[in-house]
Amino acid sequence: MSYVTLSLTLIFVLIPLVLSKTFKLGLEKDTLIAAVRSIIQLLAVGYVLQFVFDSKQMIYIVLMVLLMIVAATHNARKKGTSIKGITWKLFVTFVCIEVLTQAILLGLRITPPEAQYIISISGMVIGNSMVLGILFLNRFTAEVETNQKQTELILSLGGTPKQAIHTQLITAIKASTIPTIESQKTIGLVQLPGMMSGQIIAGADPVQAVLFQLLILFLLLTTAVTTSIMLGYLSYPTLFNERMQFLKENLAVEES
Amino acid sequence: MKDAALELKHVHFSVNGLHILKDITGVIPKGKITTLVGPSGAGKSTLFKLCNGLQTASSGDIYIKNKRIGSYEPTELRRLVGIALQEATMLSGSVMKNIAVPLTLQGKQMEKEEAAHLLEIVGLDQGFLNRDASDLSGGQRQRLSIARTLVNRPQTLLLDEITSSLDKVSQQDIEKLIVKINQEFGTTIIWITHNLEQAMSIGDYTWVMMDGELVETGPSDLLNNPSDARVKRFVKGEIE
Repeated sequence: MSYVTLSLTLIFVLIPLVLSKTFKLGLEKDTLIAAVRSIIQLLAVGYVLQFVFDSKQMIYIVLMVLLMIVAATHNARKKGTSIKGITWKLFVTFVCIEVLTQAILLGLRITPPEAQYIISISGMVIGNSMVLGILFLNRFTAEVETNQKQTELILSLGGTPKQAIHTQLITAIKASTIPTIESQKTIGLVQLPGMMSGQIIAGADPVQAVLFQLLILFLLLTTAVTTSIMLGYLSYPTLFNERMQFLKENLAVEES
Repeated sequence: MKDAALELKHVHFSVNGLHILKDITGVIPKGKITTLVGPSGAGKSTLFKLCNGLQTASSGDIYIKNKRIGSYEPTELRRLVGIALQEATMLSGSVMKNIAVPLTLQGKQMEKEEAAHLLEIVGLDQGFLNRDASDLSGGQRQRLSIARTLVNRPQTLLLDEITSSLDKVSQQDIEKLIVKINQEFGTTIIWITHNLEQAMSIGDYTWVMMDGELVETGPSDLLNNPSDARVKRFVKGEIE
């Protein structure tokens, strides 16, 4: 696709702008910012990726993945209602998910140890993990807030913090992972996944594209469940002290 | 003190610079019913949370059976000093599930006979076991809440305004139940109440708290003739 052709696609940005203006939706500014940001960010990433792929050096791959993790941590911390000290918990979760998935993929030689595979898959894994992290944190903090009396009841009857928070933790883990599982049930029927569509458009064999997409889908299942569970078990101890007392103040939203 | 169920020495509690409890010193006698009265915001419920270990005093010492509160494992302390709250919070599920919670938390199972016996103590028949806890009336919930606390066989039972939202009949039933628990099991009772008549008729002793301070203590009839000027106004209903 040439830059001239790309400029024609701006029609798809103009349509929501016109509609927003007509129906007084007030979305013009955000739409413009989103369009400009995606152009700049994606072009920049395109050039950076080209450099990393050409260099064939592992250090650049690691740096690129680290950059993704830092950006995901920053975004999840900003968007999700928070728990005291959540930044490092998010960071550790994303690092562990990345290490786990790449260890399986590279260790079992499912994908070759090449930049285009590692970076592309890492982007999908970390991105999915970030969304899951936000979903989990929002639900978990809401559950803890609304069920404070239940937490206090269990503590007062001689329960441990883990027992006192168990129901809220499980509810939040389930609620955050269900969208991933449910969307996979209708995949191919309702929507064609982005990566698969991209490969097909680029001229790849559709069956090969499907096989790769299946790999990603299975990977995202692991990512979803592992992210929520890890984040949950890293987060809940922050809500209690060593005397097993509930620390409501640690539920406060962090300044972004 | 030898016959103390609970002893407080210069207990302070503050949050964000706000002094909620100020220099509380006093003894709760073992095996007796002590009522805790005072206007809203006096710090009564906070004092309970300190005694049950749900919060820790900013300074001062609390002794349970002559042992510093901090020397108990939190779970052990909370089983020793049970607490029942006004809201009588229930977990979703049956009465059986709710009454068994203290044992479930210890990884044990409660036999149906034991659950039925506990319900009988609090005046509920065993037909309640399979009912959903959310379907119970206010009085029944309070009874179940007390029965659930009794599962841990606490030596001291803290009751936080457990009758304030109940009708007169349910209120009297709960009063009888508490006296029965105190007499049959020798459980020390500390009862927060806004009802001064109840404090005098049920309590052996009374603590009057105001603005985070313990202003007067003694046998419950002190409420008939308090010596502190603020307590006099409170008893007359001039301070709420």
